[in-house]
Amino acid sequence: MKQWIYLDNAATTPVKHEVYESMKPYFAEVYGNPSGFSDFSEQAKDAVEQARKTVAGFLGASADEIYFTSGGTESDNWALKAVAFANRKKGKHIITSKIEHHAILHTCGWLEKAGFDVTYVNVDENGVINLEELRQAIRQDTILISVMSANNEIGTIQPLKEIGAIAKEHKILFHTDAVQAYGHIPINVDEYGIDMLSASGHKINGPKGIGILYIRKGTLIESFMHGGEQEHGRRAGTYNTPGIVGFGKATEIAQTLLAKRSAYESELRDYLIGRILTEIPYCRLNGHRTERLPNNVNISFQYIEGESMLIMLDQKGICASSGSACTSGSLDPSHVLLAIGLPHEIAHGSLRITLSEETTKEDLDYVVEELKKIVKRLRSMSPLYEDFIKEKTKNV
Amino acid sequence: MYSKKVMDHFSNPRNVGEIENPSGTGTVGNAKCGDIMRMYLDIDDNGVIREAKFKTFGCGAAIATSSMATELVKGKTIQEALKVTNKAVMEALDGLPPAKVHCSLLAEEAIHAALWDYAEKNNIKIEGLKKPVNDVEESEKYDI
Repeated sequence: MKQWIYLDNAATTPVKHEVYESMKPYFAEVYGNPSGFSDFSEQAKDAVEQARKTVAGFLGASADEIYFTSGGTESDNWALKAVAFANRKKGKHIITSKIEHHAILHTCGWLEKAGFDVTYVNVDENGVINLEELRQAIRQDTILISVMSANNEIGTIQPLKEIGAIAKEHKILFHTDAVQAYGHIPINVDEYGIDMLSASGHKINGPKGIGILYIRKGTLIESFMHGGEQEHGRRAGTYNTPGIVGFGKATEIAQTLLAKRSAYESELRDYLIGRILTEIPYCRLNGHRTERLPNNVNISFQYIEGESMLIMLDQKGICASSGSACTSGSLDPSHVLLAIGLPHEIAHGSLRITLSEETTKEDLDYVVEELKKIVKRLRSMSPLYEDFIKEKTKNV
Repeated sequence: MYSKKVMDHFSNPRNVGEIENPSGTGTVGNAKCGDIMRMYLDIDDNGVIREAKFKTFGCGAAIATSSMATELVKGKTIQEALKVTNKAVMEALDGLPPAKVHCSLLAEEAIHAALWDYAEKNNIKIEGLKKPVNDVEESEKYDI
């Protein structure tokens, strides 16, 4: 198999060996239905409850506030739609930010069609939510504030504590999409005033198809999946035992490694950012310089387009991501890059590199060397760069 | 995602560059959708395209279609070059993914824009050539 330098860890991560091993018995050996009453199914139930405790401990929650779902998207859909419907007599207004993941934005769009009002609060040039605008957006009928913990594209970490305090002050529920942040930065639901939190397994070296929604006790929310009595009747469907066990194990490892991993990745992140910004002209860092996920680097290269960069990196065995239109499947570049104020052509030229604890300095040195050649080559083919150089020499 | 031909023309694009004092040049596309193509043509007194060059800001398909378009018009008369449609460019590349068909349209437009420029410079009318839609937006000024 071709050797890859995998730098797209915000997209997904490999399942860790220990996680894989922990899951294995729950496919063909301990396969009992955790909802059953035999001693045999009890073993599976114990494993599910153990995982729940681990997750709860990590978030500073209690075990009966953790609900297993099929992943981040389901958790986001559940939180928004089911809170909206349960609280619609109280109000029909929801506040979120302009840079949320589509699992939030498209759910909000659907809720708008269903008669709810949604305010999309702006972010500053670093991608940090405008707290004053958030305050001003609050109305008598506001029932929910949903702001992500950290952004998936530019890595900016939001001031969760401040948002939580604002929500509490106005007795509004606060949901956070923590899919990118969970396991990467410490989050305590009580300290941050979080009422609901979405997380996903495959972003933390766990399996795909498993996630959680934390729901604070006493939160008024409808069931999302109707059927059996699983999860206190709030989320029906037979337990995905291996997935849940894997999620628990991945959480346990992430918790143990968090400080060490975060220090290691931040150092590499800053090394990569530093090298690119000093060695490649006409580029800029997207997202906050310090309030950012330890593994996220997002840089725009002026005068070139992201997909071309990605293909060329791919040809060199480097796997990364971009916010260009061509990679988003539409004609518009990433809504996040536009929301932080980038003009279209600069948003098209963005490159996201997301590290892991497996990434080495040598990997990044190789990336920088290849990137320098690729940027130079694409600029030599770019009419925008040609115009820029002509303009520049004219002015000298 | 891309055919072998597209990958070949993306990895080893033909005719990249500029022509000094070109007979005609045209720039089409806009930065908003992420593709800008500029084509240069050198046309001799008999109306034969001697040389074609391009510069493109855009995705893999945009670069490959520009490269193929220059290959297809080189050595052709103006009338023959007008027959190089987006379909011809696409076929020559063994097809494009549906989302990338607009890149081939841009390549056809770029040829037309360069020919239009040639016609204007020489005060002639080229049979069958309509004024191309040049929708390059003023590039927003932005200092990095």
